[in-house]
Amino acid sequence: MNVKKMAIRSITYRQKILKYIVGANAGHTGGSLSCIDILNVLYNEVLNVSPQNFNSPNRDRYIQSKGHCVEALYVVLADKGFFPEDDLHTMCRYKSHYIGHPTRKVYGVEQNTGALGHGLSLSVGTAIAAKLDNKAYKVFTLMGDGELPEGSNWEAALTAAHYKLDNLCAIIDKNSLQITGPTADVCNTDPIDEKFESFGWEVKHVNGHSLQELKQVFDELPFKKGKPSLIIAHTVKGNGVSFMQNQTKWHHGVPDKEQYSIAVKELDTALAAII
Amino acid sequence: MSASTDNQKMPGKANLDVFSGTLQVLAQADREILAVTSDSRGSGKLVAFGQKFPAQIIEIGIAEQNLVGVAAGLASAGKKVFAVSPACFLTARALEQIKNDIAYSDNPVKLIGISAGVSYGALGSTHHSLHDYAVLRCINNIMIVAPADNFETEQAITQAAKLNKPIYIRFGKKPMSLLTEDESNGFEFGKGRLITEGNDIAIIATGETVYPALQAAIKLQAIYNINASVISMHTIKPLDYALLKLVAANTKAVITVEEHSIYGGLGEACASFLLENGYHKPFKIMGIPDEYTVTGSQTEILNHYGISEDGILKMSLQLLGLNTDEKTKP
Repeated sequence: MNVKKMAIRSITYRQKILKYIVGANAGHTGGSLSCIDILNVLYNEVLNVSPQNFNSPNRDRYIQSKGHCVEALYVVLADKGFFPEDDLHTMCRYKSHYIGHPTRKVYGVEQNTGALGHGLSLSVGTAIAAKLDNKAYKVFTLMGDGELPEGSNWEAALTAAHYKLDNLCAIIDKNSLQITGPTADVCNTDPIDEKFESFGWEVKHVNGHSLQELKQVFDELPFKKGKPSLIIAHTVKGNGVSFMQNQTKWHHGVPDKEQYSIAVKELDTALAAII
Repeated sequence: MSASTDNQKMPGKANLDVFSGTLQVLAQADREILAVTSDSRGSGKLVAFGQKFPAQIIEIGIAEQNLVGVAAGLASAGKKVFAVSPACFLTARALEQIKNDIAYSDNPVKLIGISAGVSYGALGSTHHSLHDYAVLRCINNIMIVAPADNFETEQAITQAAKLNKPIYIRFGKKPMSLLTEDESNGFEFGKGRLITEGNDIAIIATGETVYPALQAAIKLQAIYNINASVISMHTIKPLDYALLKLVAANTKAVITVEEHSIYGGLGEACASFLLENGYHKPFKIMGIPDEYTVTGSQTEILNHYGISEDGILKMSLQLLGLNTDEKTKP
């Protein structure tokens, strides 16, 4: 992995997320910024998914359970060439396909998500199909820590272990904040690792903003033969923009002109420091 | 006159048995066919299926939301998935998964609602599905089918296996007679079957209520010389508007019959079409009223609410303005 190149991408992606959220005057800013490094590593270093092979039955699958952070996904898919980035100027506009949650109308999106607690079951089904077909593809799903109280997640977690789905990897973007406030105060789901371990998963923790750590942990998949893998990615909501970091109000806050300008400058500075 | 449809000769099998038999035949020939169950292989008559095709049955356990989500994932990877669960749980508990993971994402799962309507009888309202047509009708991109007899069930399952779109098929578990021996009267999704043709009244029924509707029509003809068109409207969505129009134009009154709430089902679907298209004639929706049903067996419950040969006969006479006590030709 070219760390410098990847780090530049992460910052560029952040700038684009903000740009299109401002353009749409809508979006889930904080969560898109917390998961973007995960998506960067997945799409650029892990998944065998491209516009050329997207219809191949052998491609890896990425299902974004936390569908509200679609801006991060759009920016990465555009970068990978699934559609012209200019399309994102229509995001959330009248008649645009680029709506505020993933849909298959956008090339590169596997499943229509947005209602929480759906991605893991969809991924379990897809991973069972891979096992039945003796196919080598892996299935990845990105969940938020705030969506874990949805009971369907735990139904799916049971099934994943029951069917020994070591071709399945769930990633929890644990930014510890949700729309009401700290996840620990809304409905405490900690300790997530012990819960999943007791369900039969193999769990690893990672700094969700360390590209190297992320790459490393994905390279270790499956963590244990015969078990589904969970990566708990410790992240910061609003990561990369100091005044957005760890602030509940940036869950779906849209920066105004001045805030946008400050954010872009901050990211430019970070970029300059790398280059 | 007997009020009970169960007292009629019922030489056929339960549609449930036809479903499981048909699925075995299909699964033998096509290894992509999967049954996905929620601890429902017994109630879905799939025990033999599981023994014959252990690699083609996926057990989820009692978790209907996950059942539907997993089924969607399997279908997205090319599997021909029959997700089998009691209709009551499948279409209520997992409704969001049906809406998003099946219909919205266009994953072509075949949802099989077993023991539908009031099949579970005295087990009570938790186990009744009197809401399924209504809730699914207002979800885009899913067909709703209730086969009436063994032939329709076999056809529905066989054609569903080839279908690359979401579909919901529901049926009960009591033995059903064939509606007609006429083999030219085929089955196609979205096309109602005209079982008898008459110009006095149209009785549009669906699922296992078509049989008592047909029995009522036979008596209407024999005793009162009233000729009824009986339609098996097996596909509730998309509704066969052409056939509806045809029978509405040629009859004096219309009755709909369904093992479902009078709200939101076949009856209201027909009513809105007829009204919007200028057919203003005596009209009655026969179904379960807006209440938790009386306790009883399936037959007792249906009889109680007039969803029976006798009830449909009386309603036909009433709608045509005839004395229901009159036993002679009008």
